[in-house]
Amino acid sequence: MTKKNEKAGNDLMKHIKPVIRHRLFIPIVFLIFLFLINIFIKPGFLKIGLGKDINGNPVLIGNIINILNNSTELVILAIGMSFVTACSRGQDISVGSTIAIVGGVVMRVLCGNETQPTELKAPVIVAFILGCLAGMLCGAFNGILVSRFNIQPMVATLILFTAGRSLGSMAMGGLKPKAVASFSYYGNFFPGFPIPTPILITAAVIIITCIAMKKTNLGLYTRAVGINDKSSRLNGIEPSRIKFMSYVIMGLCVGIAGFIQASRVQTVNPYTIVPGIEMDAILAVALGGNSLGGGSLNLPGSIVGAYTIQTLTSMLTTLNVNTNAIPVFKAVIIIVLVAIQTPAVKRLFGRKTQAAKPALGGGKESA
Amino acid sequence: MFKRKESPSDTTFLLAITIIMFVAIYALAIIFLGDKGFNKIQMFFNLLNENAALIVIACGLTVVMITGSIDISVGGVTALICTSCIVCLNNYGFNFYSSLLLALAIGLVFGAFQGFLIAYMEMQPFIVTLAGMFLGRGLVALIEVNQIQVHNEGFEKLSGSRIQIPFLGDYNKRGVFIQSKLEYGVVVAIIIVIVMYWLLKKTSLGRKFYAVGGNAQSALMLGINVKKTRFLAHLICGLLAGIGGFLYLFHTRSGSVQQATGLEMDAIASSIIGGTLLTGGVGNIIGTLFGVLASGIALFIVTAIGSQDPWWPQITRAAMLCFFIVLQSIILARKKK
Repeated sequence: MTKKNEKAGNDLMKHIKPVIRHRLFIPIVFLIFLFLINIFIKPGFLKIGLGKDINGNPVLIGNIINILNNSTELVILAIGMSFVTACSRGQDISVGSTIAIVGGVVMRVLCGNETQPTELKAPVIVAFILGCLAGMLCGAFNGILVSRFNIQPMVATLILFTAGRSLGSMAMGGLKPKAVASFSYYGNFFPGFPIPTPILITAAVIIITCIAMKKTNLGLYTRAVGINDKSSRLNGIEPSRIKFMSYVIMGLCVGIAGFIQASRVQTVNPYTIVPGIEMDAILAVALGGNSLGGGSLNLPGSIVGAYTIQTLTSMLTTLNVNTNAIPVFKAVIIIVLVAIQTPAVKRLFGRKTQAAKPALGGGKESA
Repeated sequence: MFKRKESPSDTTFLLAITIIMFVAIYALAIIFLGDKGFNKIQMFFNLLNENAALIVIACGLTVVMITGSIDISVGGVTALICTSCIVCLNNYGFNFYSSLLLALAIGLVFGAFQGFLIAYMEMQPFIVTLAGMFLGRGLVALIEVNQIQVHNEGFEKLSGSRIQIPFLGDYNKRGVFIQSKLEYGVVVAIIIVIVMYWLLKKTSLGRKFYAVGGNAQSALMLGINVKKTRFLAHLICGLLAGIGGFLYLFHTRSGSVQQATGLEMDAIASSIIGGTLLTGGVGNIIGTLFGVLASGIALFIVTAIGSQDPWWPQITRAAMLCFFIVLQSIILARKKK
């Protein structure tokens, strides 16, 4: 190789390196990769058209729209989970069960004690607020256990994980009510408006989060507490309050997600609603390049991670893979994606990373 | 004899509370629910029969948790073992022993693979075993989507047989003496509890588990091979998941995708009730045994009261868990002061 070529190569590397090293590089490359596969197996994948639903209202249809629509809950939960993971160095595994509680509360408020009410018993906004309050209450319960009693997050949230679905069933009084169609606008379409409502809600949540991150010190404080709560305390941050707050934020996210989920089919089965979504949310956070050991808050990464998981799921569904067999592919992808981000592999390629945790601390879930 | 420097009183205290709780719940059940069958000795043996697999799996999780790691794949591994053993027993002429070997092999492969990724690749245990859980459950769906039963004479005969306990038993309504019956799985579970107790308390490997879980950095300075110790902990957990999964199959004789859902959380909860800390370094096999029994008897009581509402068993279990977790944290906070 001549000197000139070498120099050109170096110049090229100078431009490429920051891109490769960017924390969003792996999640986005993987998402693009999935899109390419999708386009390959289904050429019309990217097409978005205007169709009509059963009532003759114009609606947008297309694979991309479906993915955006179906990933709503996951994206919202991934945002909350990022906060929880970043500052409490552990994960909330109760989100699926808490969604069951929220769903139960929403259905009870809307339907009262009837199984087939002809009208809504309360305005939808009341149900929404009460649902969010229920979610935040559950979050506060977890938050108190984690912040005041210093219990590891996974253990603390194991309580609601165990009880949540039963509590949701209890909230509905053991009934399986179905609300009238006007409640379905929030999980599907407003009549006459072609974009699915969940996509709008997702956009709103993402925008609000962005504003909160720009205007407040929330992100900084969360990271500080996650990296070292003793030193953040010395700097005038109250770690237990930040931790508590992150769990309440998580609860709010669960409340919104639960409301949308209840609205999608206007009925809730607490025992089967969103099975295993807590694992998907944690996976989204991990795929986004956040350390599950806390201290890093990469919200765009988590959001991209959530969309990646949904794209993968819908791709496998298109390929007629049995719903129960989808986890196999997820497992392989988790291992590969997490493995290439580990310190051991990075050392193999001779890259020094600041993000790499000390080898010994890395094996622990939380300190 | 050397004594551990860390005051053992607190961990002993936690163990004592678990045992007292179990005895108290059982005594109350005998007093108030005696007519529902709790005054019969067979009830106690039923408790063991129902929970033999959980005891073995919870022992494995205790070892992993003492080392400061976690394994949430055991439920998926159990489901995989049940389904694959049934398919082999029914279609490929496997007998009892070869299916046992298959179960152990599945458990060991999962344990070794996860242990390698966690210990040597320094990946986070939660994510790795989450992948293990997905893999286990997903493979079940690839093997067989529907629920299947064992149709193998030899296996069914062994699985259906019971040990008759001499001199212990109950009188039925006609006054006829019926001997108490115990499943073979319980014997295996008890042996495993004893072996694991010996391993953790009396061997150097067991002490290494505690050292690594307590503080990996100082364990390294003591000359302990931390990575190897972590790997071995996961290997043991995998082996016990294999045995536990086989006992589960031995007890239920059926397999499905949704089988043993949440078993990992039950096992973790039992270990926690028994006084094991997820932070590592603290734990006790005997506590785990009583943790399983305590939550088992609580479920029995809820079932016996016969509440019409289906939600009470899980809520009771969660309430018990909450009580123990808060209690532990208070004791630990006191200890720090």
